[in-house]
Amino acid sequence: MCERTKVSEAGGVQMPDQRGRFGDYGGRYVPETLTRALEELAREYDQARADQAFQSELQLLLRDYVGRPSPLYHARRLSAQCGGAQIWLKREDLNHTGSHKINNTLGQTLLALRMGKTRVIAETGAGQHGVATATACARFGLPCVVYMGAEDIRRQAPNVFSMRLLGAEVRPVNSGSRTLRDAVNEAMRDWMASVENTHYILGSVVGPHPFPRIVRDFQSVIGRETMRQCREQLGRLPDLVVACVGGGSNAAGMFHPFVAETDVPLVGVEAGGRSAGTGDHAAPLNYGCPGILHGSLSYVMQDADGQTSDVHSVSAGLDYPGVGPEHSYWKDTGRVTYSVCRDDEALAAFDALAHCEGILAALESSHAVSQAMRLAATRPADQAIVVCLSGRGDKDAAEIARLREGRTHT
Amino acid sequence: MSAIDQLFQQRRAAGRKAFLPFLTAGDPDLEFTQAVVRELAQRGCDICELGIPYSDPIADGPVIQASYTRALEHHVQLDDILRHIQAITPTLAMPLVTMVTYSIIYRQGLDDYVSRAKAAGIAGAIVPDLPVEEAAPLATICRREDFSLIQLVTPTTPTERALRIADSSTGFLYYVTVTGITGERAALPPAIVDDVAKLRESTHLPICVGFGISRPEQVRLLAPVADGLIVGSAIVRRIAAAADRPRAEVLQDVGSYVSELIAALRAAE
Repeated sequence: MCERTKVSEAGGVQMPDQRGRFGDYGGRYVPETLTRALEELAREYDQARADQAFQSELQLLLRDYVGRPSPLYHARRLSAQCGGAQIWLKREDLNHTGSHKINNTLGQTLLALRMGKTRVIAETGAGQHGVATATACARFGLPCVVYMGAEDIRRQAPNVFSMRLLGAEVRPVNSGSRTLRDAVNEAMRDWMASVENTHYILGSVVGPHPFPRIVRDFQSVIGRETMRQCREQLGRLPDLVVACVGGGSNAAGMFHPFVAETDVPLVGVEAGGRSAGTGDHAAPLNYGCPGILHGSLSYVMQDADGQTSDVHSVSAGLDYPGVGPEHSYWKDTGRVTYSVCRDDEALAAFDALAHCEGILAALESSHAVSQAMRLAATRPADQAIVVCLSGRGDKDAAEIARLREGRTHT
Repeated sequence: MSAIDQLFQQRRAAGRKAFLPFLTAGDPDLEFTQAVVRELAQRGCDICELGIPYSDPIADGPVIQASYTRALEHHVQLDDILRHIQAITPTLAMPLVTMVTYSIIYRQGLDDYVSRAKAAGIAGAIVPDLPVEEAAPLATICRREDFSLIQLVTPTTPTERALRIADSSTGFLYYVTVTGITGERAALPPAIVDDVAKLRESTHLPICVGFGISRPEQVRLLAPVADGLIVGSAIVRRIAAAADRPRAEVLQDVGSYVSELIAALRAAE
């Protein structure tokens, strides 16, 4: 752990500022080659935000193509099993392509078209962002290349197949840890050479400014819908909101509209992996220090020299040494509490939700479910906990079977 | 005035161009890095760029990436690198600068990094992921410490921005030939000669050109418009052979390669 002075929340100030800062965090630490494209993207996004036609097109796509609003579902049997507060699931798993990632990829694809880009690249960990990017590109007729770590290709095979069926080219990344972090490196290198005609659809609230802001804004539909649905279905805001945090896009989208509602506690859940030892988890907000990775300043797992540490999570989508800069800001201001959930706890929550509710959750989202179950047990039955169920678990079935197989043999 | 400023002042006065080789510190080990640096100085190289290995280099192509990976697999650490540099700089006629990610500088602390690098006899830093908007904190320290902060201009940089970058750089300006990552290229973009010439008219700062350069004809093409030429991947690729060839042979190979390029540079002066 590193020493950090508590910073106070800048009330009413727009986050991020013009330079892409959330307090100290964020910024734009990239090679000069990319700065013009990032400036163009920031400018174009500002215009698109104010453009009624752009917003209407996106709204219509979210409704008729994605199937929004996604339901807020009362998990009664799961709540009863926990014996405390009521657990409500924000069903992002029911979106087209099976996760929240499509909210962002449609928005960014529309931006790419506005900028006249003719090719799209993306990185992916669990493959959910890759599938969502491939889908948006198919919908708009753009060629798409997805970089994916070789280890993730192995453990998320169904998504690789889907991306190829959708016409995307999946390029395996064999450098480094062969996971999400290396896929981001490779996508950035592609972009260094292709920046004139290519848009890079980053999948999380990480990377250089303006990506953390753009991805958060496109994902904020999750939180806005949740607030409205809570008012309709509960008659009030929830007592607690929980979301898993890898790079942190579903959590940022869920939390951002709630940040101003200071009576609602927000809990992010990082991947606790096997243990709290370095290399055994992927929880920079809990165990890391501020540093620079992939173009922004945020909490990161690094050694004393500044080399990125290896991380581990059973869930490919959380297996990342960094985290979005706004989460670092929320951590330091105390607005969001960040906890950890181990691999085995996430797997147990996966089982519980499957057995009690008939829902196969993504292993990523199972981390949030696990934490919600633990917190529900300590709270009275008239309280409501909302969990962002960010994705569905079909993609994980084979990997979970393999892990179980391994366990029976050892 | 840093050692880099002095060097270019002398070279410009004499109508000479500079040759700047790049190699990765600790590939395959720091003793060999010391030997190669000495060899490069003896061959008449002007400034040596030493790459500090980093786990996630996004501006580098496969050859330099692989050299960083090899060095890190042997657990080379910043302390060791600086100690081995410090051991050779007092008797080295050629100034050294590091190519180092801001991730490493930030982690060490800006002041701390600059003072440790200076103590090791290093004259400056090229920080490939620190654009001009983010550079002020480090630039302030570097000016105070007379430590060159060499910034980069690329084909995607608009002219007005290039001048702003030149204003905040010291030592020299690093002109990147291509929109892309490091690595040898058969052909360079045809506009590069004019682009460098144009920029050189608008700044007093020396301009060194790098990325993609590996052949004598490329040296001859660029030498007339630049103050210096930078060659990296072609040297790193030769050093990589040290894994399964006698080191004396590799040293000889690297040495005669840079001699060939320096001869092309002299012919173009």
